[in-house]
Amino acid sequence: MLRRSAVYAQMVKTGVDHIQSKEEMSPEERAFQDRVDADIKIEPKEWMPEAYRKTLIRQISQHAHSEIIGMQPEGNWITRAPTLERKAILLAKVQDEAGHGLYLYCAAETLGVSRDELLEQLNSGKAKYSSIFNYPTLTWADIGAIGWLVDGAAIMNQVPLQRCSYGPYSRAMVRICKEESFHQRQGYDIMMKLAKGTPEQKAMAQDALNRWWWPSLMMFGPSDAESVHSAQSMRWKIKINSNDELRQKFVDQTVPQAEYLGLTVPDPDLKWNAERGHYDFGAVNWDEFYQVVAGNGPCNRQRLRTRVKAYEEGRWVREAADAYAAKKAARAQVKAA
Amino acid sequence: MTDKKEWPLWEVFIRSQHGLAHRHVGSLHAPDAEMAIMNARDVYTRRNEGVSIWVVKASEIAASSPSEKGPLFDPANSKVYRHPTFYEIPEELGHM
Repeated sequence: MLRRSAVYAQMVKTGVDHIQSKEEMSPEERAFQDRVDADIKIEPKEWMPEAYRKTLIRQISQHAHSEIIGMQPEGNWITRAPTLERKAILLAKVQDEAGHGLYLYCAAETLGVSRDELLEQLNSGKAKYSSIFNYPTLTWADIGAIGWLVDGAAIMNQVPLQRCSYGPYSRAMVRICKEESFHQRQGYDIMMKLAKGTPEQKAMAQDALNRWWWPSLMMFGPSDAESVHSAQSMRWKIKINSNDELRQKFVDQTVPQAEYLGLTVPDPDLKWNAERGHYDFGAVNWDEFYQVVAGNGPCNRQRLRTRVKAYEEGRWVREAADAYAAKKAARAQVKAA
Repeated sequence: MTDKKEWPLWEVFIRSQHGLAHRHVGSLHAPDAEMAIMNARDVYTRRNEGVSIWVVKASEIAASSPSEKGPLFDPANSKVYRHPTFYEIPEELGHM
């Protein structure tokens, strides 16, 4: 699952304090900006501003981390999926997420960091991942809500990122987007079954929507009207749309889907605004958002603990694989001699 | 927390069902070629993307440099006669 770039990038300090005009730029920077403006993809070996490289490393790796941590809330229901078919689907989805993490780590590595370095940052708590995965999956309906809302929000963000200026990132997005639409549809499919099922099932679906709605809106990140970093990212085409733009688009698209299910969006201020041609909606609880990002959400500690435990307890297996590879390589050398 | 030794990076090439050539699809980390192929199968051919996989250690690949793009490819620019469209063939001859 791909998550919101704004959220990944929000903590990035790249040393950029204002947006340079073309006159302020060095010849290299100007040539770079011209390429970006002309929609020419930037490739790994080309010159790029250090802040561009740093921003991308941060954004792509936090994106990758989100895929890895994102396997936990859903993995939580694999053994308890209500039918064999649902279980097989969920397994396939979690597998996809591992793959998305892999694509993204590889894209980040083209910028000159190693995957092990990035994983170290994740394990030590230094690197962030999407705030959404710090919420618990309490019922089976949560798996539906995650696919529908969380992956839906992710797609909203990823589709424009396919046009992002950095070649390896944009290509990873193309690949991921294809698979992501499977995730969203299967989530909505779960919600449909529940919403049209017994009153208990429908109540379960409503409860899941109630708990995941606001965290999903938070995935788009804070309003970026005042953010210099956000403006710079847009100038560099690392980011294509503003947070609020995408959030509005998500609400406009999702509300009718909720109505189709016969479910209620948990926002008393939600109302169609014919004048704007958009839904008006209530204020997001940003205090909660910043608490979660700061590590104080419901599951932050558990998610990280699980991750570190897998890493530590898997150490001997990685070492065994290394030793075996070394032995095979040595044998091949002897044979060749 | 980092292990001392990093698994090498492998570039993955896949030939699709009706594809004529292997295409680069991405990369991955694996301790050896066998594991690299297994992982490439799991990650890159989950939806019938291909019938053949090549993996190559990234360190074995040499790439041309973008800054030398000019000098490297320049020689082709002045040799328009390498294209069949350069030659004029009388229309009455028909297709050639």
